[in-house]
Amino acid sequence: MSDHHPTGFSRWLFTTNHKDIGSMYLIFSFAMFLTGGFMAMVIRAELMYPGLQLIDPNFFNQMTTTHGLIMVFGAVMPAFVGLANWMIPMMIGAPDMALPRMNNWSFWILPFAFAILIGSIVVAAFGGGSAPNFGWTFYAPLSTKYGPPSTDFFIFSVHLMGISSIMGAINVIVTIFNMRAPGMTFMRMPLFVWTWLITAFLLIAVMPVLAGAVTMMLMDRHFGTSFFDAAGGGDPVLFQHVFWFFGHPEVYIMILPSFGIISAILPTFARKPLFGYPSMVYATASIAFLSFVVWAHHMFTVGLPLAGNLFFMYMTMLIAVPTGVKVFNWVATMWQGSMTFEVPMLFSIAFVVLFTIGGLSGLMLAITPADQQYQDSYFVVAHFHYVLVSGAIFGIMAGVYYWLPKWTGVMFNETLAKAHFWCSLVMVNLLFFPMHFVGLAGMQRRIPDYPLQFADLNFWISIGGFGFGLSQLLLLAVVWQACIQRKGKKATAQVWESAEGLEWTLPSPAPYHSFSTPPFIKAATH
Amino acid sequence: MRRGVPSTAVPRFFSPYLASSTHANHASSWATPALLKKAFSFTGSRLFLSGVILFAVFFSSSNVLFSSIASAQSYDMPQGVTEISQQEFALHRMMFWCCVAIGIGVFSVMFYSILKHRKSQGHKAAQFHESTTVEIIWTAVPFLILIAMAIPATKTLIQMKDSSEAALTIKVTGSQWKWQYSYLEYKANNTIDLDYLSVLSTPREQFETPLRAAGLFPLGVASYTGERKSAPKNSDYLLEVDKPVVIPTGKKVRFLITSNDVIHAWWVADFGIKQDAIPGFINETWTKVPVGKEGIYRGKCAELCGKDHGYMPIVVKAVSESEFDQWLADSQAAQKKAKADAANSVDAVMSKDELMTLGEKEYLAKCSACHQANGQGLPPTFPALKGSLIASKPEGLATHINHVRNGINMMPAFKDILSPKVMAAIITYERNAWGNDTDQLVQPKDVVKDAQ
Repeated sequence: MSDHHPTGFSRWLFTTNHKDIGSMYLIFSFAMFLTGGFMAMVIRAELMYPGLQLIDPNFFNQMTTTHGLIMVFGAVMPAFVGLANWMIPMMIGAPDMALPRMNNWSFWILPFAFAILIGSIVVAAFGGGSAPNFGWTFYAPLSTKYGPPSTDFFIFSVHLMGISSIMGAINVIVTIFNMRAPGMTFMRMPLFVWTWLITAFLLIAVMPVLAGAVTMMLMDRHFGTSFFDAAGGGDPVLFQHVFWFFGHPEVYIMILPSFGIISAILPTFARKPLFGYPSMVYATASIAFLSFVVWAHHMFTVGLPLAGNLFFMYMTMLIAVPTGVKVFNWVATMWQGSMTFEVPMLFSIAFVVLFTIGGLSGLMLAITPADQQYQDSYFVVAHFHYVLVSGAIFGIMAGVYYWLPKWTGVMFNETLAKAHFWCSLVMVNLLFFPMHFVGLAGMQRRIPDYPLQFADLNFWISIGGFGFGLSQLLLLAVVWQACIQRKGKKATAQVWESAEGLEWTLPSPAPYHSFSTPPFIKAATH
Repeated sequence: MRRGVPSTAVPRFFSPYLASSTHANHASSWATPALLKKAFSFTGSRLFLSGVILFAVFFSSSNVLFSSIASAQSYDMPQGVTEISQQEFALHRMMFWCCVAIGIGVFSVMFYSILKHRKSQGHKAAQFHESTTVEIIWTAVPFLILIAMAIPATKTLIQMKDSSEAALTIKVTGSQWKWQYSYLEYKANNTIDLDYLSVLSTPREQFETPLRAAGLFPLGVASYTGERKSAPKNSDYLLEVDKPVVIPTGKKVRFLITSNDVIHAWWVADFGIKQDAIPGFINETWTKVPVGKEGIYRGKCAELCGKDHGYMPIVVKAVSESEFDQWLADSQAAQKKAKADAANSVDAVMSKDELMTLGEKEYLAKCSACHQANGQGLPPTFPALKGSLIASKPEGLATHINHVRNGINMMPAFKDILSPKVMAAIITYERNAWGNDTDQLVQPKDVVKDAQ
């Protein structure tokens, strides 16, 4: 099997290979993670002490806005698509993704989309106007009538991201439906494939809604419509309904693939099959379904009628049931196992603990009367960073460490990786745990300055922020050693002692084309 | 949120526990020496162990932190003074301890398993992978717990929505970055005429404290320096306003909340109220501060509303009913007199010095949040006045007057907010400060109607 491909830059520009595209997604995502992280550190530097020391409030708002957008659309989502590209064909016994040219296109849209977004912040940093400054949720009319001129670039950029995501999702669905090896029935698929399949349907359902929201913004801004302007018969709250109808499924888009990664890693290092595979699949599907009927829990203070508040409170609480099932299944998978604690396992255990903490604070937020105090406070900031950073991103890191030897053919530097894990774990908690308490005490989100009672905790939160940001350079070092320098002992095909699944039947590093001849699956490998 | 009783002491709970050796003691009590020895013998990995210790130190210090703040209540949700805020607090506490209990349960099983079911201890893996009974139990039990949580939450929610039979109705209007309070009805009297703005009273030199003269980023703050000196922060820093909203205790007060521009949110934690202010729509909420709980209650805008979102606090002064009646009568009389004075002063002719002095004071209070104290604005959103075509050229006068009167783009109309005297002074100041030497004087009579 020869690997015919152009060399140099055109290899990457014209590639239709799922591994090349997966790598590009992952590299892009890591670059965005560092960019968004740098913005977070600017935010934390300003918030280290009360008063305005470094940046003015308008630039602060631009930082929070672009930090959120870059992390959500640039870091977390492309990382999952990168992992899907690499792993789904290898997990289901396929040679490549089903739609390779579209795959190339959906990646190459992203650098342009983010160049447009980041361009406006770079220009703003050097004194040219203002980048988007209305928060990543871009509520109207702050983003329509009151938005800076760069809002139009932002709208174009979101459109491009949406097109890219939808194409990626279509590719995943077509691949999974059509390219499974003989014997790979749906209920034999690894959970990472299942969770991605469900995520892809969520993406196709909600990305057009986001596109609709930004298009309505564009119309309101330039073409005289009044979707979100009461003066013309519209309603600013309509924007929030449309946005959160996208936004709530979106947060599950950012966590479900991590559920799949954790469900792959825990059985390997516990040397025991995953507990309750069918209920894991059904729980994922239930979470996805419920995600469409809980959106207004982000809007408990906009003045919804009583019946609306009650409905969304009950539905939101209900999500705790399937989520609980998942956590219990993971614990039951570890129970009576024969565990070892390699780096992917450490990240997975941290995921289960910290994601559960984030889930439990989510349950508190569901209680509408108490949410009158939690809404828009740092308690919310703490909640969604627990589920997204120590949840989604720890899941991604667990997956990267789990599959890195398969990708590179060498074992990564375990000492450095463990240092990365422990530094990240301590710092992420120093960063986000105290946020619960400043939030409960009354510090609101998205402020560049705060009353003096919050000064002590904010100082330590900032220390945690710098520490967590700098810890990620260790990840860069580990990946650099493994991918570029190829340092480390040679990895076997199975890599981990009891890893099971089709990807571990291929040699390490995995060949350029995965399964040219489909394997035959006689029994479930999960 | 600060308590009703004003206090100058700023609580400092966190630092002592990280600075002292307390956390080390807690770490050793959490992980006993015997356990540590055992852990060391079976992992054989120094790195793993040091990581565990590091994490234990961290988490035990947060436990210390939490116990201190739970007792002091300075880092927990305030209990507040109204029935609603106390119910919210009770729900919060119930949910918090339920979540802590669930977390301890799940994590204990998990960490027991991590300590005992490990390969290095020679534990052999079992091969079970499902149990219908267990799975039904852990689906059904959480469901029942949720129902138990939902019942009290539903009761409180129904009560919160009942704003009927209020004794006093106040309209609260948010605008960038101030609150306007209009008293509409009191004890069935709907002829009340009282209406005023409430803005942050913390002096700008307390928060505009750039680290170095040029600022890290060449935007905004950089331009304040040279003109301002930083000042020490007072205890109600960012929580103080010029004119608080005054309400009586023992009476149900209804708030009608709306906005003139973007979405704001009126949040007073001690009342358990957070209600979005939405342009073009009116939201309703209510409170009833019990008799005996007179005092100052502080809150802030909770919804991102642009540049100075962090700088639009709320101060509510709750007074006894008799004191309120007196205050309402006095305030109405004062407002009536001020309006009459303004009408009389329309024909007054002011000197340049008078206009410039009053103009500078009012400009700094009303205009400088956007156009900046030095008149350079924050373009393109907030245009510069210094050297602008409208403010520095004689032929721009009519446009200048009309923009101040009627607003333009994001700028609100000031004709119903400011008196002709103040508008005239501000416009004169803007046309003669920062090198805009038009030498044109604008008198109150020039701004009572749109200029031609």
